[in-house]
Order: sequence, then structure tokens, then C-alpha cells
Amino acid sequence: MHKTTQLDIEHLSQIVGRNSLQIGDEINPDYTHDELFGIFEFPSCVILPSSTDEISKIMAYANQKEIPVTVRGSGTGLCGGCVPVNGGILLLTTRLNKILEIDEDNLTAIVEPGVCLLNFQEEVERLGLFYAPDPGEKSATIGGNVMTNAGGMRAIKYGVTRDHVLGLEVVLSTGEVIDVGGKIGKNSSGFSLLDLFIGSEGTLGIVTKIILKLLPLPKKTATLLVPFASLEKAISTVPLILKSKVLPNAVEFMEKEIIEAAEKYLGRPFPHKSSPAYLLLRFDGNTKAELEVDCDIVANICLIAGALDVYLADTLDRQQPLWDARGAFLEALKAMSELDEVDIVVPKAEIVRLVSYTKTLQKEFGLRILSFGHAGDGNVHIYLLRDDLEEKKWHEILPQIMAKLYLKGRELEGQVSGEHGIGFLKKTYLKESLGKTQISLQQKIKEAFDPKLILNPNKIVY
Amino acid sequence: MRIIVCIKQVPDTTEVAIDEKKGVLKREGVDSRLNPYDLYALETALRIKAEKGAEVIVISMGPMQAEAVIKEAYYMGADSGILLSDRKFAGADTLATAYTLAQGIKKIGSFDLVITGQQTTDGDTAQVGPAVAEFLGLPHICYVTGIKDVSPNSLTVVTDMLDTLETQSLQLPALLTVARDIYQPRLISYRLKLSSKDREITVLNYNDLSQNQGSAALEDEYFGLSSSPTQVERIFPPSSVISREILEENPHILVKKTILKLKELKII
Repeated sequence: MHKTTQLDIEHLSQIVGRNSLQIGDEINPDYTHDELFGIFEFPSCVILPSSTDEISKIMAYANQKEIPVTVRGSGTGLCGGCVPVNGGILLLTTRLNKILEIDEDNLTAIVEPGVCLLNFQEEVERLGLFYAPDPGEKSATIGGNVMTNAGGMRAIKYGVTRDHVLGLEVVLSTGEVIDVGGKIGKNSSGFSLLDLFIGSEGTLGIVTKIILKLLPLPKKTATLLVPFASLEKAISTVPLILKSKVLPNAVEFMEKEIIEAAEKYLGRPFPHKSSPAYLLLRFDGNTKAELEVDCDIVANICLIAGALDVYLADTLDRQQPLWDARGAFLEALKAMSELDEVDIVVPKAEIVRLVSYTKTLQKEFGLRILSFGHAGDGNVHIYLLRDDLEEKKWHEILPQIMAKLYLKGRELEGQVSGEHGIGFLKKTYLKESLGKTQISLQQKIKEAFDPKLILNPNKIVY
Repeated sequence: MRIIVCIKQVPDTTEVAIDEKKGVLKREGVDSRLNPYDLYALETALRIKAEKGAEVIVISMGPMQAEAVIKEAYYMGADSGILLSDRKFAGADTLATAYTLAQGIKKIGSFDLVITGQQTTDGDTAQVGPAVAEFLGLPHICYVTGIKDVSPNSLTVVTDMLDTLETQSLQLPALLTVARDIYQPRLISYRLKLSSKDREITVLNYNDLSQNQGSAALEDEYFGLSSSPTQVERIFPPSSVISREILEENPHILVKKTILKLKELKII
């Protein structure tokens, strides 16, 4: 565990000013964990830089003194990625929160890493533009989204964060500053360092500016809520929909139990909840007529596949309660019980088998396992709920269930994490999944960028 | 039980802009929708239907395109629909609209309850519901936020008068205007869409409605623009002032100052 010395504090104070540095009792305990409380650790100091230059100086000093540096955005991660497990410096990006430019000619934006996702989406939409990635956690920072390659609900149509990052300004572990990528639509110029930084969870460098791709804002959206007699039936309808060549921008699946939890959490009724399972699909386009055709095609497919009915929400105020509830699922479950999560991604056609397997485990271990997620891209969020299970037993069976779930994920040719990242808590499962050769290659990449292993140590592959 | 629900097709207001120079709504390329408040009226009727058994009839006044909102009501569970459509009805103000609707309702014959939305999102007057009741000579209650009891001859409802919640009973037949969020409106059902595909919409025109009036000359005055006592001169967005005040103090004083400020603004 690294403790910073008085000398370190004095030096760091000279860079950012004493007011932008917190030590000892000044450190807010919130900075010791992320959203899921899976791991706790106090940093020896928290630092709030306001510029690339300050971050560069901090890194130069930290590298020289071999002080661990962990970067934190708004701390909404779920795998301990922003927890300073080796102590040292916790560097907050929250003061770097400016949208520096929205370039309507090039359809790009330049933002600082601490910009909140929701603010950014709203800002570009005001100009009739669209930032397509739509991770569920809207209070996350864009920097955090880039560092975990966050996905979200619109991935099926628009891809994930990686597909919308054109360039980055990065402070390396030595304090040197580099620009990778740029306001360009193509790039075939050597290895893509840009793609290495995206999804690196702060282990390769500190992102200080992000160039993002924007799209024209689709003018209309429509949503279908489709009730089914079982979750298996709901999910097995998805391949039929995708085969029809109609491309929704979101295909989510959910169970009645989660909908009821969200209703309770939000204190607002969901428009329909008498069926055991649902698909929720959203379409976007520029005219009402175009969306009507898409909805009709998908509605027919669902009815033929055995849907109990198909409900259409064609106006914004009819769509809102549906997506508000979907957006509140995680918070609703957290309000209900202590929990742990799995973010496995499998080929789309295998989701049914993965979710059916959770039902088997639920019976075998006698605890509630609820799942929801992105039926359109194979990313399933599986939640294990402790409820009133005694703590000792909970910690005893949790690793057993996790091991079985990840094994199943591998069997189905899936990956450990679809969008939440590896952080600290999923390292073991990543090692099992990738195998020695790949882990060794990844470790060499880490060493090339950060030979002293000071950037977010003890994460992902190290 | 027979329940009549008054509905209206309105511009989708999330996208309507006002042409300030001309003082009119920019309607070009703007989609239409069922007035959001009417969804609550229809939902209320459909819940009574589900619980007590009822026939739900929707009625609307508008151009022929307004058939779309009657169909939407079918897809939610309404049993039949009437569209009052005639060039002579065009340009009606709230009085003429209420009068025309009342004449249409009289054509339906016997009924137990009329439900309307509290207001529309295009006119926002909240006058048409009560005016329909007056023309029909019905007891009526506005701003209903809950239905407590439905019996064959009477109804007990709750109304939100901002500072008080009032529980009132009234004899049927009667008219209610319901407030937003009385119930979560159901969505459009594709199964109902398929099953009501061939269901007709009764269209009534000026001749149909003017025939059943006793003294034609007087009543004629309430159809359309020419007999509307009020006319819209200009439409403009109300000016809004957004101001911001930043308080900077030590935390203890700041808390006190914030509370004082919130009290001053009557927020707490």
C-alpha cells in the first residue's frame, strides 16, 4: 500500500494548489468505492487538476517517485475500476468538465473527460445533433465511458463508445502528452493507439481531451412493448426480428419482477405488467410513416412468434415511462437487496441458453437471480440478489455461482464483460477466459505504456 | 352502462413552433396526435368498462383526418366512434365546439356518463368539457383525479383543487373532466388494431346535427367560425425570465440563507 510523504504532498500542492488536494480526514469516503461497493480502499491523497498541463506535471512526479495514480470520473463503475486498491493518488477528472467545441461542419465534438454524459447528449441534441452511444448510467462521465468502452442500449444500431471516438489527447505515465487519432473519418496510419486507450480503464494513460463523432439527430422514435408468456419465448423472438432486416435502435428484454421493482423504486406505474416477460424495442427515423412500417413488420413477427400482444408507444410522453423504468432497473434492484452482477456478452442467438441457465442456478443455490439486458447485442446483465441470506453463506456461494456463470459464458463463446469492464473484481475471470498467451500479450502492452506500473495498478491484466 | 368520451386531434406539441410574426402555429410537417389529456379520459372509461362492464363510445369534431384518433381509441379498447366533420364546423371557438359536440352526443341517444380530458394541448382553455355539460344540462365535475365508486345511478370522485382534495358524488347521467395522471393510459394494442380493422366510424355532418334542433335560427349561431363569439387574434409564446442567483457563504449561513430564499419564493 503506497503512502504519500509530506514531501509528495508539498510537491503536488505546488502543481495544483493546496485547495485542490485532499489528504487524511479531508478525503470523502465516497472516493473509496464505486457504485457496487465490491471493493474499498482509501487513497493517500485525492487531487483535482484543472488542466492537461497539471496532469502532465503530476504524472511526471508520480512516475519519478513511483506513486500509483488511479483516475476517477463520477465513480459509477461496477467492477472496482476507479478504486485506488494500491493507495497513492486518486486523480479526479470532475473539474475537466467543459464541452470545448461542437463542430457542425465536421460533425464532431471535443470534450474534456469529466463532462457528464447526460449533459453532453442534451447539449448536442439542442443543435439537432446526436451522440449515439447511450449507456444506461447517464451521470457517468464521457471519460469513464471511453475508458470502459461503454455500450448501452443503442449499440445494436449504432455500435459502442469506441465507434464514436475519433481522437484523444492522452497524458502518458511519464507525463508526456500525445494526440492520437483526430477529426478524421478514416485512419490507416500504423497501429491504432487510439483503440488501445479506449477500454483501457486508466491503465495505459490519462485521457484529457476526447474527439467524438456526432450524427444528425433522428427526428422521430417509436417504441414497442411486447409481452410474452415466458422469458425464453421473448428472447427467442429476437433473431426472427433481426432477420426481418428492420433495425431497431434498442432491443431490451426484461422480466415482470424487475418491472415491479422499478415501479416501486420510481413510484410511477408501468403501462403494462401482467405478463411474465417483455421485449422493449425502439425504432428511430425521420418520419412517422417510416417508423409505422417498421413497427408493423416487427409487431406481426412478434404476434406470429407467440407474443401475447404488441403495444405501441408512438409519442414521447408514451415512450418516457417505459424507458424511465428500463433506466432505473439497476437502482431498483440495489434498493431491494445487496447484489452482485455479471455482464457477460454472448452471441445473440445464445442469450436464451445463458438466461435459462441462470434459472437452473437459481434453483440449485436457492437465491434470486434476475437478468435483463440487451437482447439485440447479446449483452446480459445478471444480478445475484442476497435478500435475507446470511452474510457468510452469501460470500461462500457467490464465487461458486460466478465461476459457473463465466464457465457457461465461455461455453457459449462469449466474453467476460460486454460493457462494464474488468476493473479489479473480474480479473480472475478474464485470465481464465483469455488464456496465458493473450494475457501475456496484454501485459506486455501495459508494460510498454507504463513500465513502472503506476497507472491504475492491480487492474485488468496486472 | 354507456360512456361517451370526447377526444380531439391536436398537433404534436413537442415539436410545434410559433411563428411570432404571423401569430400562428407553424403546422407544416408537424405530426398530429390524440390530445394527451384525452388519453386519461379514455383510460378512465376503459377502466370502468373493465370493472363494471360498459360500452365506450368516442366522439370527436374535426376534419376527416381526425379519423386517425378515433382509430387510435379503437386500438386502445373503445367500442365505437363518431366523427363530427363539416366545413361549417371549422374555426369553432370553445363555445361552438362544445355546442357541436353536445349536438353530436344528443344523436347517440341515452348514455350514463360523458368523460373529457381536462383541456387540450393546443387550446389549453379547459372550457369545452364544462360547456358541453351545460349544453346537455348535465351535472359535472372538473379536474377529477380519482374515481372512488361507480354505481348504476351515481358516481363518487376525487378532485384536486390544489390546496384541497375534495370527494364528491353526483347523479348520473353526468360529465367529468379528468386531470393528467388519473391513471397511466394504456398503450396502443396491435391485437385490437387487427380486430378493429374493419370497424366503421360514423361521420355526422352539419345536416345531421342541425336536423334535430327545435329553433334552427338560434342554434345555427353556434356552428363554426361565423357563429363563434370569440376569435383568436394572435398567438405568441409567453415571455419567460430565467434568473440565477449564486449564494456564497460558509455552510451554516448558506443553509439558513437557502431556506430563507426558498421560503421567500414559496417553494417551501
